[in-house]
Amino acid sequence: MTHMASPETSSPLSVTTSAVAESGSSAAAGAVRPFITVRHLHKRYGQGAPILDDVSLEVASGDFISLIGPSGCGKSTLLKLVAGLTPVSQGTIEVDGMTPANGRELMSFIFQDATLLPWRTVLGNIELGLELEGSMNAARRHEKAGDLLKLVGLSNVARHYPRQLSGGMKMRVSIARALATRPRLLLMDEPFGALDEMTRDRLNEEILRLRSEQGWTALFVTHSVAEAVFLSTRIVVLQANPGRIRRDIPVPFPFPRTAALRSDPAFLALVGEVSHALRELNRGLHGKDSET
Amino acid sequence: MKRFLGNAVWPLAVFVLVLLLWHGATVLFKIPAYVLPGPIRVIEAGIDRHENLAKAVKISAVAAVGGFLLSVVAGVATALLLAQSPLVRRCLVPYTILLQTVPIVAIAPLILMWFGSGLRSVILVVVIICLFPIIANTTQGLTSVDRNLLNLFRMSNASRAQVLFKLRLPHALPSFFTGLRISSGLSVIGAFSGEWFASSNTVGEGGLGYSIIYASSQLQTDYLFALVIACAALGTCFFLTVVGCEWFFLHHWHESALKAEED
Repeated sequence: MTHMASPETSSPLSVTTSAVAESGSSAAAGAVRPFITVRHLHKRYGQGAPILDDVSLEVASGDFISLIGPSGCGKSTLLKLVAGLTPVSQGTIEVDGMTPANGRELMSFIFQDATLLPWRTVLGNIELGLELEGSMNAARRHEKAGDLLKLVGLSNVARHYPRQLSGGMKMRVSIARALATRPRLLLMDEPFGALDEMTRDRLNEEILRLRSEQGWTALFVTHSVAEAVFLSTRIVVLQANPGRIRRDIPVPFPFPRTAALRSDPAFLALVGEVSHALRELNRGLHGKDSET
Repeated sequence: MKRFLGNAVWPLAVFVLVLLLWHGATVLFKIPAYVLPGPIRVIEAGIDRHENLAKAVKISAVAAVGGFLLSVVAGVATALLLAQSPLVRRCLVPYTILLQTVPIVAIAPLILMWFGSGLRSVILVVVIICLFPIIANTTQGLTSVDRNLLNLFRMSNASRAQVLFKLRLPHALPSFFTGLRISSGLSVIGAFSGEWFASSNTVGEGGLGYSIIYASSQLQTDYLFALVIACAALGTCFFLTVVGCEWFFLHHWHESALKAEED
């Protein structure tokens, strides 16, 4: 998560003068270093079966990448590796030229469940990241958390406790908390998986709006093809046992995307294509493994 | 308040009914007072000897509260130590279980030999009895934090102290109070059993446990009943105080307190 002094390409208040940090924002330039580089990544837990096998991936600054694949394909593990929450077995990951653990200050993680602290109010939860950083005084933190609450449309429940909120509202608070530290990279592990479809669609639109305002890069794990197509600039399809990248599908639809896109024939065709790619994987999987 | 009264009406009705049956039985079957005194005699005995009774209650209460508070301090400190690593837990948990499994009467002679009779020994008995529920529940609370919450704190590069104070301790609060609730009841039992063998022999310095032995040896069954009731009342007071504290700290956010509100 970002310190005040670290590079914030999207912020007008940015204090950075580092040319290296700025380079990532110009996605047009072909020669620039990618924002995230994953090279020949292998991962296994202990002596267990390999989870990820020779995964290589480059992510440009501003990309919205969805990782999709059958369960056990290591997509969540890949997020944890990029966040430095679990060590790499072999290969390298660089985030803006840094190791994952050092790059954490640029990142925020959004988990599948909202992971709010039940003893804190909504406002207190949003302040948490800022508080742990210790970079602002309480008044400033308060103000900032209030702004974010407005951004996700929850100002009216600032003093509520998480137990008083619906699932969708909790997830919004979780998003606001993640954005409070002004991350440049958002790691999202099936954040909307537990929500009903209407709430999910609305939050998808909201996520795109926030991205257009703040310009962060995203790695997004999901099981929903439609969600992946709606949100992403690229969809990475993984296979399971061991996890490998099988397809890398660009999503050409321009931003801003609106709800209307969901009924566009081109959109539906792409959903069909990605679903087909996934089905192929599952068929291949059934040959040697009957788990799914 | 109205709901509280509504909840209290039925247990009170049962209480009155039991008193009536009790009184009726003693009169009807002409049970001698030294075997089963009627409720009126018990109340009379309590009033007649209220000075002794109050003194005994006070002495036991001091031992129970003192031992309880000491075991809270020692229990939380031990739990914090145990929460440090699985290795520490593996090394020490078997010994905390000893606290629970060794009967207090088995070590009573040792306590008596080392510390003599008196308040100090009684408090020690209370601590031994109260300690385990507090250690076990608090440790469980400190170590059962959701993995993703820990990951969340790691993503912010939180220090060990921040994880402890902003995550583990608040998370452990509900289980800590569960331990307190169990120990609050046990503390009176502990004071009582401690006094059974280690009460000061000086006249007027014995607590409830001592007084009950004395009353039974003198066949003062009515006073004995009054003492038993005082003992139950003392335990209930402690328990309700702890429940009140629990409600105060948890009712904003914790499900258990929330349910109590909605029922």
